Parts: sequence; C-alpha cells; structure tokens
Amino acid sequence: MKLLRIVLVILLILNFNVLKAENKNLEIEITKNLRCLICQGQSVYDSDSEFANSLKILVKQKLDDGYEEKEIYNFLKKKYGEWILYEPRFNKNTYFLWLLPILMFVAGGAIILKLFILKKN
Amino acid sequence: MKVKFLTSFIFLVSICIFLIFYKGLNKSNIYSPDNIIEKKIPSFSVKQFYNNIKITSEEIFDDEKFYLMNIWASWCVPCREEHRFLLKFKKLDRLEIIGLNYKDKNKNAKTFLNELKDPYDLIIVDDDGTIAIEWGAYGVPETFLIYDKKIIKKIIGPLNDDLFFEIKDLIK
Repeated sequence: MKLLRIVLVILLILNFNVLKAENKNLEIEITKNLRCLICQGQSVYDSDSEFANSLKILVKQKLDDGYEEKEIYNFLKKKYGEWILYEPRFNKNTYFLWLLPILMFVAGGAIILKLFILKKN
Repeated sequence: MKVKFLTSFIFLVSICIFLIFYKGLNKSNIYSPDNIIEKKIPSFSVKQFYNNIKITSEEIFDDEKFYLMNIWASWCVPCREEHRFLLKFKKLDRLEIIGLNYKDKNKNAKTFLNELKDPYDLIIVDDDGTIAIEWGAYGVPETFLIYDKKIIKKIIGPLNDDLFFEIKDLIK
C-alpha cells in the first residue's frame, strides 16, 4: 500500500514536470514569435532589453493564468498592434505576402508542365 | 517560342521583384507607436510606493477627472530632464499626477524624489515591468493623459514645453 502511494506521488511529480516543461516550450515558442519593439531585428526571446525581459515575464504569467497562445497574441496585438507579431495575419496589407509563394509554386508548376510534359506529347 | 516564354517570364519576375522592393524600401520600417491602439485603461492591481499596500486601477482612476500617468525610474536620465515639467503640471488643478516607478530600487527612487522633489499625487510600483506592458508602454519615460478611464494622449519619451502647453490646453 505504502509502495503504491510512493509510486503515485512520484508519478504525480513527474507529470507536473511534463506540464511545466510544456509551458516552458510554449513560452519560448511565443516569445520567439514576438518582435522586440525597441530593438528591431530581434525577437523578444533573443533580446535582453528591459522591454523584452518584461514581456517574457508577462508571457509566463499569462500562461500560468491559463491563457492560450492565441489569446496572448491577441492581448499583445491590442496593446502594441500587429507589428509585434512576427507572423503577420492575413489581411489587405499582407495578402500579397501570403499569396506570393503559392503563385510562384503554381507558375513553376506551369513551366514544368509546359516544358517537359506537354512537349513529350 | 521557348525563348519568348522564358524572357517574358523573367521580365515578369523582375517586375515583381522591383515592385516589392520599390514599395518595401519606400515604406518606413520604424514602428511609430504614436497611434494609441487601445484607448481603455487596463485594469490591474499594484503595490503603492510608500506603504506597499495593494491598490487596484479602479480605485486609482475616477471618471470625471484628468490624470497624468508618468512612467519613470531613478536610473533613467531623460526622466531627470522631464521632471521639472511634472513639477509644473503639479501646480495645475484638475490634474492628478500618478507615477509608475518602473523596475527601480525603492531606495534609489526615494533619493531621486528627495533630490528633485516629488510631483506625484500617488506612486505605484512596477517591479518587473508587466504593468507597463498592460499599458502598452515601451520603456521610460512615458506619459499618458487619462480622462474618463480612457487614454486621450500618449507621450513616448520625455516631456517638453510644447507638450506641456498642449496638455494644458487639453485639460481646460
């Protein structure tokens, strides 16, 4: 019985560790996707400025409070605008950015089709 | 036929690239934070500077009143420069000045205030900078003019004469 209890406790502790680790990974992932607004060219994760350090703490707090990744992005977007996110959302300013790779892919496919497949026939 | 297709394709691609660079390089890449994105003040609970008692934002900000919230720190040099403007603001009625002490040591902050006089009606403490982020702030110094629980003006960087008169006009 005692053994069972110990095993249970150990399992519980291990589970907590996994939970924490997941949170940590998500924290890193989120901060890597945030632009450090006062040190351009760096993500919040890479930067050591006061602003970035505070943001790291805030992201951790929000995750501990049970915020989802998306909710944190929305929260920060409301405060600082779209620019803080590295991955721009699809809107009228960014549609070209998002569609360009697809367009190029289609164009490339068309070239291949034209040059190699249709020619053989 | 093949050559024609290839040249037109290259031509098209170069036009594309040219357009992207033309548009992209002309656009300033510096983020201008002048436009306030969220106007409503955030709600938070925070420690007071002199007695460490927690206070909520609802208790601090009344509806029908102008507030000037100034983010400052003793280690921030521009804060020293703008301090005289805060003292000038203190002389105006109708305006309550709130200081947010940003990532500072309590002792240093107190020395700073003893040296330059304390213009604040209330000082709250932000040890880790998270309150400043709730406000959408970038660093120190930064000043917000608040009325009716809404941010009506946001000043990034130190105050100056022009801003002083502008704010004075706004609160008339």
